[in-house]
Amino acid sequence: MELIWQGVVKAVELIFGFDNEVWGITWLSLKVSGYATFLSLLVGIPLGMALALTQFRGRSVVVAMVNTGMGLPPVVVGLFVSIFLWRSGPLGNLELIYTPSGMVLAQVIIAFPIVAGLTMACFQSMDPGLAVQLAGIGASKPQLLWLLCKEARLPLLAAVMAGFGGVISEVGASMMVGGNIRDQTRVLTTATVLETGRGNYELAIALGLILLALTFAINLLLTHIQQRGQIRWPRPS
Amino acid sequence: MGLASWTAAVKAQAEPKHVILSTTTSTQDSGLLDVLVPSYVKQTGYNLKAIAVGTGQALELAARGDADVVLAHAPSLEKKYAAEGKLINRRLVMYNDFVIIGPKEDPAKIRTAKSVGTAFEAIKQANAWFVSRGDNSGTHNLELIIWQVAGVKPKGSWYIETGQGMGATLAIANERNGYTLTDRGTYLALRKRLKLPILFAGDKLLLNIYSIMEANPANGPRINAPGGKAFAHFMVSAQVQAIIKSFGVKEFGEPLFRPAAGSPESDLGG
Amino acid sequence: MAETLLTLRDVVVEYGDLTALQISSLSIRAKEVLALIGPNGAGKSTLLRVIGLLQRPNAGKVYFRDEEATRKNALRLRRRMASVFQEPLLLNASVYDNAALGLRLRGLSGGEIEKRLLPWLKRLEIGHLGMQAARTLSRGEAQRTSLARALVLEPELLLLDEPFSGLDAPTREGMLDSLRDIIEQKEMTTILVTHDKFEAYNLASRIGVISHGRMLQLADNGAVLMHPRTEEVAEIVGLQNRIPGVVESGNAGICDVRVHGGKVRVLGRLEPETPVILCVPPEDIALDAPGETSCQPVDANRLVVVIGNISPGLVHYRVTLRCGDVSLFASVPRVKFSELGLREGKKITVLFEPSAVHVIELRRDS
Repeated sequence: MELIWQGVVKAVELIFGFDNEVWGITWLSLKVSGYATFLSLLVGIPLGMALALTQFRGRSVVVAMVNTGMGLPPVVVGLFVSIFLWRSGPLGNLELIYTPSGMVLAQVIIAFPIVAGLTMACFQSMDPGLAVQLAGIGASKPQLLWLLCKEARLPLLAAVMAGFGGVISEVGASMMVGGNIRDQTRVLTTATVLETGRGNYELAIALGLILLALTFAINLLLTHIQQRGQIRWPRPS
Repeated sequence: MGLASWTAAVKAQAEPKHVILSTTTSTQDSGLLDVLVPSYVKQTGYNLKAIAVGTGQALELAARGDADVVLAHAPSLEKKYAAEGKLINRRLVMYNDFVIIGPKEDPAKIRTAKSVGTAFEAIKQANAWFVSRGDNSGTHNLELIIWQVAGVKPKGSWYIETGQGMGATLAIANERNGYTLTDRGTYLALRKRLKLPILFAGDKLLLNIYSIMEANPANGPRINAPGGKAFAHFMVSAQVQAIIKSFGVKEFGEPLFRPAAGSPESDLGG
Repeated sequence: MAETLLTLRDVVVEYGDLTALQISSLSIRAKEVLALIGPNGAGKSTLLRVIGLLQRPNAGKVYFRDEEATRKNALRLRRRMASVFQEPLLLNASVYDNAALGLRLRGLSGGEIEKRLLPWLKRLEIGHLGMQAARTLSRGEAQRTSLARALVLEPELLLLDEPFSGLDAPTREGMLDSLRDIIEQKEMTTILVTHDKFEAYNLASRIGVISHGRMLQLADNGAVLMHPRTEEVAEIVGLQNRIPGVVESGNAGICDVRVHGGKVRVLGRLEPETPVILCVPPEDIALDAPGETSCQPVDANRLVVVIGNISPGLVHYRVTLRCGDVSLFASVPRVKFSELGLREGKKITVLFEPSAVHVIELRRDS
């Protein structure tokens, strides 16, 4: 217990003392996972909507792949992405290995199936008649999709939070593809592993707490947006 | 002038500006690289990416051309790669040693052991806890060689394999109040957290020798041979050797490493 | 000459092997109210969606005021119509925002929307619910919101797909009255799909009968009811008593038709040997009571039947009568019923006037 308290004290020191290295690591975590989540939304939400709202041959195969992708172990993704990005690999000339961009790539692969799968479930559970009725009062195709997204704001934001949560907290892919290089690809999760291995438990706990605080703050913001204007379930009288 | 030099200039520009150094986790944990890398970057302008992985992987990465230069401490393995021509220009950089730590009461009485082999044998006879890294690292490989020398098969409920790095293994040994083999550097760094004193040291077998090797440019595409060579020279330069000599003295009272560049291997450990 | 608002030509809708809709020609006249009736699964909703340009048929064309509907102009034409469906699916927003949706989609400003919408909300008696969340409305209030959403657009064509069938009787009647007033006042061209015949007769100027994807009959309100062209139409339109027979002889507008259990005299000019279906409204079937012969006309038709099921009702009893393998229904006033002392299995005679009989000629090809 004492150890945890020491960790809390250290965390406060590092953050409010503006320790350069810790702020740098925190900012990089946010950037990498932020970009990765954003790109996953760009790919995952349209994919999820398409799977929910359209029919095409082979659809069930794609759905199964998305659902499997939701549970991909990050370290396995990291391993495969590394193999591709190594100099000796097919994409070696992109020089993405041991760079933040490489980490973003791996995290996008981890997150977009989560976003797609949850988006698909969200739209499939909407009444299909709603789209017809909205068209029936004159909505164009883009207006229709926009209205459906707005109507599905609750589960869609849950998908965003799930995607973000999945990547801000992963360490396997970041470690393998990023290399945990000081000042270059070290993020909160990989730094925590490093300091734990070194036996610097105070610092490790501090980094862990900073990560938790960061994740909590972001989810607080997203939850606020999600829950704004929702009807509370009335108490049964 | 003309096309030839223009192509040469373009080619020079196309060379990767970064150098990939593969090394071991214990080297990274010592903190030495955090001091040396910024200096190297400033002097040469290369962007150095230091990747810390297990010993086996570090050597393998360079052998495949995914790293330009490797700093490791597993002489037998390194020599094998050198014999195959995959890794070239092996140079000694520094060394420290391994020690056996264990419970204060020393039930196996290894304080008075004549050699490290007899010490290990005594531990087995006393059926005392022995915590091994069990992860095919340099430390682990050395430990296995010692068991071989001692003529003991490390099997049984007294023998614990953690599969983890030195820091975690030390923590477990501490908890179990057991014996373990550790490099002096990591021990010094974690000493305040441990209740296990050094019980045996000094056998020549326990020398932990760090060497730097360059990847053979033929190993793969995009190897930065000049950058790797520059780092190797950097590590054995007088300036860096001086830094190594005094590294850790302020924090731990003694240096974590001893410079070894230029000395023959047999001379070390005096 | 009424102008044509919308035309369908050679429209076919298929789902795999099933032909859901096949309409060779249909014209909607401006300012008319057309009711489409038919059993469940007949294709009425499909037809309405094709008309509303909400579903593209597998074959055929739709013309809105002589302009053919294509991919490019579909949105523009669709916006001149508005649809209301059976289930009021509203967005998770206030009543006002839901009703304003159509206007917002068309880019009107907030001020313009308010000016147009508030009177409509008041007219549909939901003016006081403006700020209420749509999710908390009763079914009737939600449907009024759905109606307001469509009506405020003042569409050139209003499409209603069973808008009142999910409501209880008093609510339904109230909304029917409101709707009728609005349609009459605004002279709004309306197509109403319903399986409630009384709604159809109440509101419509023309009635179309649809079954198995085909338009069986399309005629003015009274015509369909009075002169169903085939037995299927008669059944859909609600003519419950249908007796098959063959014309025996005809003379000066009066024919004799042989049916199981006797002969029936009807009005009409028919050739002998013509197969027909005779339709008699249940109210026009009188039960022959001994001792009342003096009140009955001499040339009334008489049939011997067996009493089947007796269903008590508030004002009338509904008595099932078996005549051969044909079932007839008679509507007997409660008072009379107790007088006659009827019970299941009893054999009695029924009477009905020739003028009460609607005759359907069966064409060879029908």
